[in-house]
Amino acid sequence: MARAGVVVIACGAIAAEVRAALRSSARAGDGVEVRTLPPLLHNHPELIAGEVARMAGQLQSEGRTVVVAYADCGTYGALDEICTSLGIERLAGLHCYDVFAGSKVVEAVFAEEPGTYVLTDFLVRSFERTVVQELGLDRYPELWPDYFGNYRRVVWLAQRRTADLELRADAIAEMLSLPLEVIDTGITGLADELERLSSRAGG
Amino acid sequence: MNEEELLAQLYDLTLVGNAPAVLELTNVGLEMGLSPEALLFNALIPSLEEVGARFERGDFFVPEMLIAGRAMAGAMDRLRPLLIETGVESIGTFVMGTVKGDVHDIGKNLCNIMLEGAGFQVVDLGVQVAPEKFVAAVEEHQPDIVGFSAFLTTTMPMFKANINALEKAGLRDKVMVMVGGAPVTQEYADAVGADGYAADASTAVNRAKELVKKHRLVGQA
Repeated sequence: MARAGVVVIACGAIAAEVRAALRSSARAGDGVEVRTLPPLLHNHPELIAGEVARMAGQLQSEGRTVVVAYADCGTYGALDEICTSLGIERLAGLHCYDVFAGSKVVEAVFAEEPGTYVLTDFLVRSFERTVVQELGLDRYPELWPDYFGNYRRVVWLAQRRTADLELRADAIAEMLSLPLEVIDTGITGLADELERLSSRAGG
Repeated sequence: MNEEELLAQLYDLTLVGNAPAVLELTNVGLEMGLSPEALLFNALIPSLEEVGARFERGDFFVPEMLIAGRAMAGAMDRLRPLLIETGVESIGTFVMGTVKGDVHDIGKNLCNIMLEGAGFQVVDLGVQVAPEKFVAAVEEHQPDIVGFSAFLTTTMPMFKANINALEKAGLRDKVMVMVGGAPVTQEYADAVGADGYAADASTAVNRAKELVKKHRLVGQA
C-alpha cells in the first residue's frame, strides 16, 4: 500500500497521463504528489539522468520517497545508474511507448515495419513545438527528408482519443505523407506500473 | 573578390549551411582557377570541423549540423569528379550502412560527409542493411573499413551478427570494423569485437585514418 510522502518525478511528456493514472488508482494515487521535468528534455536525453538526480536528491533530503516516471528514454542506462545510486525505481521499458502499449506490442510494431514513426497523445498535441520547431523544420524546411525520409508509416499509440487529437494526428500523417495507424493503449499499463512502483516505494 | 576572400566566404557560408550560395561560390572559385583541393581543404572541411566543434560546445544543434552538412554535400557533388580527374588519391575506402531493422541515418550521413571531405571514398549502403549485403559490399569494394551504424539498443546486436557474417565469409581479417550510433559505447564496441568506435562524426574521421594506417601495416606484414 502506498503511503503519503511519495513523490513521482514525471517526464513532462507523460505528466498528464501520470496524473490521470494516479487518479484512477486509489492505491497508487493515495497521497502521491507529482513533480514534472520539462518534456523537451526528451530532445536532449543526455540531460535526463542529471535532472532526475538533482530533483530526486533534493526530495530525498526533505525526507520524501521518490519514484521516477521515466523509462530509459534514450539515456542508455544513465538513468538506471542514478536510480541505483539513489535507491529509487523507474518505469520499466525503453520508452514511454513500452509503458503505454507494452513492450511486446512495440516490438511487434517495429518488427512489422522498422520505418515506423511513433506518436503518443503528447506528441500529437505538441508536434509543432516539440518536433517541427525543435528539429529546426520551421527554419530549415529542406530538412524534412533528412529526418523523415526513411519512415513508411505513422503509428499513434493513443492514450485517450478525442476528435481534436484525431484531426491533429491525421494532419501530422498528411504532413509526413505517410499512412496513419492507431493503436488504443489507454493508460492501464502506466497505472499498473505506477501502482507497482508506489507500492514498493511505500514499503 | 580575391582567392583569400572567396575561401573565407565559402567557409562562412558553409558554416551557416547556405547550400545554394556554397555551390555558387564553389563554381566561382573553380572559374577563378582555385583547385578543388584548395576549396575543400582550405574552406569546406575547416568549416565543417568548426560546425562539429560548435556542436560539441553546445552552440550548434542537430539542425545546424545538418544544413551545414547539406551545403558541404552539394559542393562535394561538384568537386568529386574533379578530384578524381586531377588524380587526388583516396586515403581509403569506407563502406558504411545502418544495420538491419534500423532506419536512422542522420549520424551516418554526417559521418559520410566528413569522411568524404577528409579524402575517403565512401560507399553508402543506406539503411536496414542486412549482414549478407555488408558481406557482398566488402567483397565487391574491398574497403579498408566497414562501418555499422545503429540508433536503437534493439538493433545494436546486429553489429555482432554482421561481424559473424564477415567471419563466416572469411573476410574479417581483410577489413577493419567501425561501429557507432547514439547508444553505442567503447565498451560495447570492444564487446562485439569491433576495431574502432567513435562518438561523433569528427572523431570518426580521425579514428578511421588511424585504422587505415593499421590496416595497411597489417596488410604489409
